[in-house]
Amino acid sequence: MKVLDARGLSCPEPVIIMRKAMMSKDTEYQIVVDNVVSRENVTRFAEHQGYKVTVSENNGEYTLSIRK
Amino acid sequence: METDVKLTKLASCAGCGAKVGAGTLVHMLEGFKTHTDPRLIVGYDKSDDASVYVIDDNTALVQTTDFFPPIVDDPFLYGQIAAANALSDVYAMGGEPKLALNIMCLSESMGKETVQEILRGGYDKAYEAGAIITGGHTIQGAEPIYGLAVSGFVHPKKVLTNSGARPGDKLILTKPLGIGILTTSAKADMVDREVLDRIYNQMATLNKAARDIMVKYHVHSCTDVTGFALMGHSFEMAQGSGCTIHIQSQNVPFHSEAYELAEMGFIPAGAYRNREYAEAGVKNISNVSRALQDIFYDPQTSGGLMIALDAKEAEQCLDEMRKVIPQAAIIGYVTEKMDAYIYLE
Repeated sequence: MKVLDARGLSCPEPVIIMRKAMMSKDTEYQIVVDNVVSRENVTRFAEHQGYKVTVSENNGEYTLSIRK
Repeated sequence: METDVKLTKLASCAGCGAKVGAGTLVHMLEGFKTHTDPRLIVGYDKSDDASVYVIDDNTALVQTTDFFPPIVDDPFLYGQIAAANALSDVYAMGGEPKLALNIMCLSESMGKETVQEILRGGYDKAYEAGAIITGGHTIQGAEPIYGLAVSGFVHPKKVLTNSGARPGDKLILTKPLGIGILTTSAKADMVDREVLDRIYNQMATLNKAARDIMVKYHVHSCTDVTGFALMGHSFEMAQGSGCTIHIQSQNVPFHSEAYELAEMGFIPAGAYRNREYAEAGVKNISNVSRALQDIFYDPQTSGGLMIALDAKEAEQCLDEMRKVIPQAAIIGYVTEKMDAYIYLE
């Protein structure tokens, strides 16, 4: 599973990172972001690509588990 | 002209997307002691586009300022857009801009030529607007900024505030939405050149033509749809007017490319701030899709005018506008205050 770190980045950077990673067409990814806008935007992107997203929060950081 | 250093790379957020949220601003200004003057007919308390001060029976002074970090890499275009955006607040009050001052922040990496091009862009638009830039103030900082402080004039009886909408009015919007989503997507190279040229041209277009036509009619209320987006500015107009604004979603003009990009999550942070600010006042009665809502919450840079006027006159005004502004459309109507300030239909 690819694990991506997009902490410290603001939109649209985390979505760009996610998009590049998804070129590999894996069935599972994980990405960590540290703001709500990135959480929402990456979730939107992944769902648009046909993935399901679950989010867990820890101290203002969000880990998005992304699966086909 | 594109420079060695990409201007947008020096900006943490683009254009009016950099604007502090309306909710935050209201909060920050709470408890401020404000002074009044009978001649100040639009001031601090109105959350309007500009302040208006009566000079004599026929003349009122309109003052405003607006500036933001680079939204495009071409410095001349950036200057044009920032100036068109700043001048717009005077048009939104029904006035004519006359004098302007540059407001500028330079970052070290910007060359002399880049700075000159930005200023040249500003002068170009001010000249087109019939205003003169008489000077300004420039500082150094990490992030470039450009904009204008603008003074203009309006007849005191013809001031158009954002709080005069009346039941029975229709609403005209003069520029299509989606600018924030598209400029955010452009940072990810997701937007075709042709679309970019279209939105750059739109942002650099003055609201002068719309204003010049609008003032021939009995307009009740006007604002420009910029950083707070269609929803934020509608919310302010509805609240200020004590009415409910009905947005007819199917009639709202937007750049079609923005729709899928919104679905893909290329949504500027400002859109989330705008949603947070206005959403409590919105009732979505027609299952308007999330992506279309995002377009309605999308911060616009140098956006169009939103004009409220009597239904019958609105049709005539729109007919006249469409000859020079083909994208102008009637996007909604105004009723007595209902259980929400905005009905999304």
